[in-house]
Amino acid sequence: MSVAVAGVAEHLKAAGRPLLVPYVMAGVVPDWVELVREVAAAGADAVEVGLPFSDPMLDGPTVQRAAARALDRGARPRPLLDELAGLDAGVPLVVMTYANIATTLVPGRGVAGFVDHLAGVGVRGAIVADLPLEESAEYRARAAEVGVDAVLLAAPSCDDDRCREIARASSGFVYCMSSMRITGEQEHLASSARANARRLKAMTDLPVITGFGVSTPAQAVQACADADGVVVGSALMRVLVDGAGVGAVVDAVAGFRAALSSASPGE
Amino acid sequence: MTEPDATGRFGRFGGRFLPEALMPAAKAVEAAFREAWADPAFTTEYRRLLTHYAGRPTPVTECARLSRALGVRVLLKREDLAHTGSHKINNVLGQALLARRTGKRKLIAETGAGQHGVATATAAALLDLSCTVYMGEEDVRRQALNVFRMELLGAEVVPVSSATNAGTLKEATNAALRAWVNETEEAHYCLGSVMGPHPYPWMVREFQRVIGDEARAQCAELLPTAVPDVVVACVGGGSNAAGTFAGFVGTPARLVGVEAAGGSAVDKGVLGVLHGFTSHFLQEESQVLEAHSISAGLDYPGVGPEHVHLAERGRAQYPSVTDEQALRALRLVTRLEGILPALESAHALAWVVDAAGTGELPAGSTVLVTLSGRGDKDVQQIREHLR
Repeated sequence: MSVAVAGVAEHLKAAGRPLLVPYVMAGVVPDWVELVREVAAAGADAVEVGLPFSDPMLDGPTVQRAAARALDRGARPRPLLDELAGLDAGVPLVVMTYANIATTLVPGRGVAGFVDHLAGVGVRGAIVADLPLEESAEYRARAAEVGVDAVLLAAPSCDDDRCREIARASSGFVYCMSSMRITGEQEHLASSARANARRLKAMTDLPVITGFGVSTPAQAVQACADADGVVVGSALMRVLVDGAGVGAVVDAVAGFRAALSSASPGE
Repeated sequence: MTEPDATGRFGRFGGRFLPEALMPAAKAVEAAFREAWADPAFTTEYRRLLTHYAGRPTPVTECARLSRALGVRVLLKREDLAHTGSHKINNVLGQALLARRTGKRKLIAETGAGQHGVATATAAALLDLSCTVYMGEEDVRRQALNVFRMELLGAEVVPVSSATNAGTLKEATNAALRAWVNETEEAHYCLGSVMGPHPYPWMVREFQRVIGDEARAQCAELLPTAVPDVVVACVGGGSNAAGTFAGFVGTPARLVGVEAAGGSAVDKGVLGVLHGFTSHFLQEESQVLEAHSISAGLDYPGVGPEHVHLAERGRAQYPSVTDEQALRALRLVTRLEGILPALESAHALAWVVDAAGTGELPAGSTVLVTLSGRGDKDVQQIREHLR
């Protein structure tokens, strides 16, 4: 099944292994589109593409620095998205951003304009970090119409009923927030990560992917004892903002892939 | 002014645009506020603190000399005389009581000019809560004395900057919200203006409506018409204006909220989402811009949702004035009345001075201006600019 015809969930299920979703901040380096392609080739099952925002409420220092670096280079969300048009990374691209960008990307068209634009450049899914269930009806409806999966986040602070609602409303996968922290590397995987993933797995057939603070291959393996996969963001972006080249990011992704695959009896 | 709808909106504006991690916390604040606001034990304690601690009611001062100079009758609602020197104390006493009621041991706050930070640190000291105040690095520099005041009161002041921005109120609010994600269990986010996610714009207005309710009653005693022709207040996020307008929205008074020229979000902002609510924000290509004002308290690129709603309905108007206009008005009022207004309040006064000059305020009309705070905190800034 090709990426073009499948939704994100179908593609991820077809992978049949612990899922690896690396995060790349769009525009963080001049050849960032090439970085997306290489990260995918290094063993990603989907790539989360961040759109830089001046006021990222949920991001820690590393992703903030990556966003600032992109913005300082003059990168802006709409032209960045347009750079993705025609990229065949072989895996689904899922854009992560904030409600202000989703609301204003296409002036006068609100969230409908946003998801239309994503569909137009071949992006298969979207995560809008500050668009919670209650505010997301129009966005989800339009996304479904144009074939973009609207991925919702479930936090450890949600009660079971709310988690169930989030799981039901989400498409593509369910984003399992590992802990009550903003993004950023952590020394240990939070104990809430596995508990939240277990809870969500019992509520949905969609892949459950754990993110926030998954910092090392060992933590990724640990998280995948309960979740279907992991998002790795700060650990990769730190490599770049600390000055290493894109090759180092690709190597890091390969390291995560190897650890996850060797830990999987099915591989 | 009305309650927001079930989604926390005033017309098209407001709502609750938060990461999922903060949704339970914001909902808990709303539930706690609804319950407390309907509980006579809570409101009695709140009113007792306003009277015996904050020094309410604040007076309305008739400005005889300024009135003669301008040809309009100017009354000042003196929030500068409230404890800690501004209207901010009204809101934080309410929120600190709410925090205590819900078992929180800590207050998180953002501050621009430092007035909200000082007020929060004060309420925290009074109610034995710990307190962390996030403040932009640029504002830490501009308001060094207020930083020291907060520290004297036992608060921790965290300077905030970002790689792309100077570090003013916008950055401080980002940092406070991020801190709230990390500390929802133990901390109450004591937001300082009529902005942020529902219920803050509504709750803060309710805590501030004491300004308008008092002023309305005071005007009824002072004025033969009972109601002034025009009611004026400065607008950053817009809490003193919202509190003031709440007392007069049901009267024929013309309502004027004065923004800083470098932060006129009502007029020049674009519909968007920031800090948990939808409103007008200064922005370009989906990136929120820094506002620029001589007044750290007006350095906010957005405006409370109810204000944009009032503007859209035509019930209130939101002109803006420049730093220079504000400084000129500040000097005039200080010389004529012996009252040094905060730079924020000087914006409201500047509009009155200029509107009287151009005839936009007809000769003989009566104008109530909320003096949101005193200018002591700004003396160094003022000196730098007037020298």
